[in-house]
Amino acid sequence: MSSSDTQITAAPAERRLTIAKAMSEAIGQEMERDPSIIVLGEDIGKMGGVFGTTTGLHDQFGRDRVKDTPISETAFIGAAVGMAASGMRPIVELMFVDFFGVCMDAIYNLAAKQSYFSGGKVSCPMVLMTSVGGGYGDAGQHSQCLYATFGHLPGMKVVMPSNAHDAKGLMLSAIRDDNPVIFMFHKALQGMGWLGTIAGSITDTPDDDYVVPIGKANIVRQGSDVSIVGLGATVHHGLEAANKLAEAGIEAEVIDLRTIAPLDRQTIIQSVSKTGRLLVVDDDYLSFGIGAEVITSVCESGAAPLKCPPQRIAHPDIPIPFSPVLEHFILPDAKKIEQAVLSMMKAEK
Amino acid sequence: MSSNQNKRLWMYANMVKSRHFEDLIKPAYFEGKSPVFNMAKGPIPGEMHLSDGQEPCAVGVCAHLREDDIVTATHRPHHIAIAKGVDLNGMTAEIFGKKDGLAGGRGGHMHLFDPAVNFSCSGIIAQGLGPAVGAAMAAKLSGSDAVAVAFLGEGAANQGAFHEALNLASVWKAPVVFVIEDNSYGISVSKSDCTAVESNAARAAAYDMPGHHVAGNDPDAISEIAGEAVAYARSGQGPSLIEIETSRLEGHFMGDPEGYRPDGEVERLKELDPIPKYRARLLADGFEEADLESAEQDARNQVDQAFSFARENQYPEPEEVYDHVFV
Repeated sequence: MSSSDTQITAAPAERRLTIAKAMSEAIGQEMERDPSIIVLGEDIGKMGGVFGTTTGLHDQFGRDRVKDTPISETAFIGAAVGMAASGMRPIVELMFVDFFGVCMDAIYNLAAKQSYFSGGKVSCPMVLMTSVGGGYGDAGQHSQCLYATFGHLPGMKVVMPSNAHDAKGLMLSAIRDDNPVIFMFHKALQGMGWLGTIAGSITDTPDDDYVVPIGKANIVRQGSDVSIVGLGATVHHGLEAANKLAEAGIEAEVIDLRTIAPLDRQTIIQSVSKTGRLLVVDDDYLSFGIGAEVITSVCESGAAPLKCPPQRIAHPDIPIPFSPVLEHFILPDAKKIEQAVLSMMKAEK
Repeated sequence: MSSNQNKRLWMYANMVKSRHFEDLIKPAYFEGKSPVFNMAKGPIPGEMHLSDGQEPCAVGVCAHLREDDIVTATHRPHHIAIAKGVDLNGMTAEIFGKKDGLAGGRGGHMHLFDPAVNFSCSGIIAQGLGPAVGAAMAAKLSGSDAVAVAFLGEGAANQGAFHEALNLASVWKAPVVFVIEDNSYGISVSKSDCTAVESNAARAAAYDMPGHHVAGNDPDAISEIAGEAVAYARSGQGPSLIEIETSRLEGHFMGDPEGYRPDGEVERLKELDPIPKYRARLLADGFEEADLESAEQDARNQVDQAFSFARENQYPEPEEVYDHVFV
């Protein structure tokens, strides 16, 4: 344990971390335990990652295990696939998910198919962590989410925490998983000083070793009237809307997916069986997205009779605009969720 | 004034214009972002990559370009856009996310398109190179002698797109010039820590094209080499590569704490600021103080006027967000 950790744990009661700190702590603790882990990426060395994901790791483990790379994603993510096939557990950072264009071959044609093409003989235990999300005016090449793009492709798991506790537990699960795991982290939740951070993402985070299982959603608020399904930032918007709705006597259940693939359909279906209403909220593009998959899963199950048509809120099918008046007009927020639920409650059959 | 004198005065004026532009961006960017710096706040949210120190690259190259020549630029585009003659009002309004911005506020500072002068840029490293090769071929195939110039940073020379585009341009003998602005850093990682060769100009040999290296961040030296490369392309001899040693006087983006810089580096680089250096040389070469002052005043006035325009311009109507996904 480092001295700074000692100071934090010495504080009474809670040990509140940002997602950035939780991610780097999880990686550091696992690197101490497992010498096969190596971290690769742009600016993840001395700088500690543009989004703080590797803070302190370069000093602690040195440049042989925490390696700054050239701006060559095709090469270093491909190299991670080769390392993973050769007994290592690489953790690579793709700085913005928007940059996947040049390295998607290594991700979806190599990493995601290594087990299948080898009949299960060659594993690919790698973690690819990547930032997602907008809302801070970084425009259409630095603000995308692309959950569905990655979730659609078989052979890799895709996770995204909404808070620091889950970030640490999901990261430990991801590193220990023998399959490729895409670990998305949302910039609005990351806890970087220079980006605004939704306060609810900073949570009590145990110092010790624990995992949050991949493939398991989390009911973050119990309710009986409507199921609001979200992930990352939209979980917090959903909670904010739920609190407002409670004032009007409507009790919303809020589900944090935590894992995009494999999707925890069972938890969602159980919730909708109880509430009879389903609203899915995410900040990826609308069509062919998470909302479509969740709603279809519920409808296909036949287990949850719906009291009104299911609804989805997402980013419309347009590139993400720069101007704040345009971006905030189209991004999901608590107000839009609240209004959607109110109209669902009126739309009784 | 001789044409060479005119060109040098033009280069100086455009460097001053570009620097003044960034000098006005700085306080505007920090509006609403203090005392707590939050990138999402203020009239200009998001990342902001300033070009202070890199002006000689833009003016030295663009001094040889016509309106119908094509330029693709990077995430750090202001100096190049200004030197290529991008509409200053439209560009400034775009950076402020306003209605009469080049794209009505949809693109912002990393995504400036001005087809009137064949300028575009994007925030994806090395991805301007392919389009420059294509634009160059479109000119060639239409019988025009227009050329294309792709600007990139030295970090982008380690992207596959760089190597693919150079090879393709060479195979096609495309009239294109690749210009590397080598400011020594890709965000925090120094060139020497991530590049196998000392000089990226050496990489031109792999694609059978001339490779030039220009030291000193000097507009005259850059202009001399760029003139050769543009003439080479325009006369149908094919592509070439220019590597320019320049300097980034600000962080990668505004708010970058720059902890990766050695102590005293920024101060040392600022002492070598190319603009006052060039001004002194012009005076030593016989330019009149009054002519320089007049060029400076004119450049600053244009920028001041563009900022006033942008500030006064309205925001787009929110519903306009849906326009132009398709033409």
